[in-house]
Amino acid sequence: MSDLKRTPLYDLHVELGAKMVPFAGYEMPVQYPLGVMKEHLHTRAQAGLFDVSHMGQVIVPGADAAEAFEALVPVSLMGLKEGRQRYAMFTNDEGGILDDLMVANRGDHLFVVVNAACKEADIAHMRAHLDQVEEITDRALLALQGPAAEGVLEALVPGVAAMRFMDVGISQWNGVELWISRSGYTGEDGYEISVPADRAVEFAKTLLADEAVEPIGLGARDSLRLEAGLCLYGHDIDTTTSPVEGNLSWAIQKVRRKGGEREGGFPGADRILTELEEGPSRLRLGLRPEGRAPMREGVEIFASAEGGAPIGRVTSGGFGPSIEAPMAMAYLPADTAEGTTVYGEVRGKRLPATVVPMPFRPSTYKR
Amino acid sequence: MKFTEDHEWLKTEGDLVIVGITEHASEQLGDVVFVELPDVGDEVSKGDEICVIESVKAASDILAPLDGEIVEINEDLADNPGLVNEDPLGKAWFFKMKLADASALEGFMDEAAYKDFIG
Repeated sequence: MSDLKRTPLYDLHVELGAKMVPFAGYEMPVQYPLGVMKEHLHTRAQAGLFDVSHMGQVIVPGADAAEAFEALVPVSLMGLKEGRQRYAMFTNDEGGILDDLMVANRGDHLFVVVNAACKEADIAHMRAHLDQVEEITDRALLALQGPAAEGVLEALVPGVAAMRFMDVGISQWNGVELWISRSGYTGEDGYEISVPADRAVEFAKTLLADEAVEPIGLGARDSLRLEAGLCLYGHDIDTTTSPVEGNLSWAIQKVRRKGGEREGGFPGADRILTELEEGPSRLRLGLRPEGRAPMREGVEIFASAEGGAPIGRVTSGGFGPSIEAPMAMAYLPADTAEGTTVYGEVRGKRLPATVVPMPFRPSTYKR
Repeated sequence: MKFTEDHEWLKTEGDLVIVGITEHASEQLGDVVFVELPDVGDEVSKGDEICVIESVKAASDILAPLDGEIVEINEDLADNPGLVNEDPLGKAWFFKMKLADASALEGFMDEAAYKDFIG
């Protein structure tokens, strides 16, 4: 794995007994000795610590950064208050999604977090359209997620308990700045914390010293985000899916839609605004397979138990340790009603699944 | 007990063979969440994919170790697939089969050879 990059926490992962795997060009922990199932359940019951340092951290400076950035995303950033963060996606001219991201307004600049696998392309994309784009390469990014996260972090960094979901702020810890947002990728309350790389191990060990906190790998991160109904870029959304098809219309504020004050003005606006008005032909929907057999990515979905052409395909699927049942996301005809029974073809057999609303498990954000 | 290169264990019980997966295999699979078993009465040939094990990570197959007939399956695994992680060599047996040729068992590894095999 010599061509792979390592995060500042690599040695700590190995010391903690992690199984390391290649992921988006990095050697990352897929699981620790606890195992995927228990890591998942521990995060829901107490708190999990995730190394997400492989993700891209970017600063876009300037008083007009929000306005300029709106040319790349169908989201209102001029309406984003200082100290707040918002979910967004870079779109292409065809209305597909180049990546999904978080954008925070930190007063005199935007702080942007993008997916690891897309970060080089994202930064090139931003540089092509924005005057100043600073990639932050000297900071690690950790996520502390779960019901105990607030108490654990508040003990180290007083004040964070007062933050609400999607608030961002800068706090001091042992002489260094922590860039903290109250958000995450698990459906749990929690925080994402950017810490200087040379203090990341010390910070992670301090969090892990609390008995409520266990290190959590990519395996459980995936089952947690899937239960929370959250998209994984490159699987549930990509350049061929529009934000509307991806069931992400909630992220597109009125001001950027037809008739809004800043209507359009982002790549692919024609398609996306039309789909918002008239509805898309297909939609990312949740499925609950009957029985225990998971329907994984690539499983074709049919309208009936026999015959007919596929009506869709699973983009993410697996077993949800908290819901104790399989779950999947699939693109299906947009008029497919909740409660409809469809059939996923698993190993040559068509197994029934019910179309259900997402998240599969209610999220517990501190709104 | 005998072992296959596909990480199955085989134990004789009268004229039947009980088949399960090894501790090593269960560790590699991770937490098992679903097991699909063959039907009693199935005539199987060596190498047939006759069981599916789904873990939190992926799906894997169990192959028929030899030619024969499935005479009993472990129904407990359907309700409690986690047994495969808890007790792979005991309660989590998968099926019992009647071999077409009982002497074929001799070709498999013993425990020491299997330990060498997995390193």
